[in-house]
Amino acid sequence: MGLAVTFGILAIVVLAAALGVVLLRNVFRAALALILCFLAVAGLYVTLSADFLAAVQVIIYIGAISVLIILAIMMTREIQRGSPPNKLQIPAFIVAVVFLGVAVFAVTRTPWQISSAPPLVPTTAALALKLLGKDGFILPVEIAAALLLAAVLGAIVLAREK
Amino acid sequence: MIPLGLEHYLILSAVLFAIGLYGALTKRNAIVILMCIELMLNAVNITLVAFSRYIVPGLLTGQVFAIFVIVVAAAEVAVGVAIVLAIYRGLEHIDVTKIDIMKW
Repeated sequence: MGLAVTFGILAIVVLAAALGVVLLRNVFRAALALILCFLAVAGLYVTLSADFLAAVQVIIYIGAISVLIILAIMMTREIQRGSPPNKLQIPAFIVAVVFLGVAVFAVTRTPWQISSAPPLVPTTAALALKLLGKDGFILPVEIAAALLLAAVLGAIVLAREK
Repeated sequence: MIPLGLEHYLILSAVLFAIGLYGALTKRNAIVILMCIELMLNAVNITLVAFSRYIVPGLLTGQVFAIFVIVVAAAEVAVGVAIVLAIYRGLEHIDVTKIDIMKW
């Protein structure tokens, strides 16, 4: 019961913050709404008993990605001009509503095989075994390291003064 | 009242994805488009973690996928912000409807 109430509050915060990102004209306020949305999503991970992911969400999304986005907003000085919509508002709205309808239809019609087993907590040690242990995801972890290195080098090359 | 289940999380993430999709298609400011893409990635992460919790609670596979999505999102936003800054340095604006220097 408490979980359902928590989920309800967090869902309202997530959706309101996401609408704020899309509808607020001031870009900086939109970025602040985005941070609120990330924080509420971290709370949703807690209700799904994913404690490690909630911490990762706070560290990476709020700590790194939001800071990068706010830095970009500060460096481009587009705050006064805001974020006016382009000419595609009505088609985009139709696309989004059609997607939502199809997704809700598929979710409600599919007979999910819900497992009644209790969730695994804490997840940190189990996730480490899953990522780095035998028969785990060690190759994707190495590829992710290479991807991050390539992305950082690419960002430096792109943003460097000529 | 229906007990909290998988469908609630899936519908919430579908709504969040639809909001992000609408924003990514309608905005002129490139940074706001990046923010809307982050919203969509978050919606996908909620779906993955909800599947992991309700379908295979002991395996954590969905959470491993969500970690990789977060890694790719971090790389994507670093490169995206670098591209936005490079465009801003050249054109003095980041209005995506007016960026047509690759058009011939």
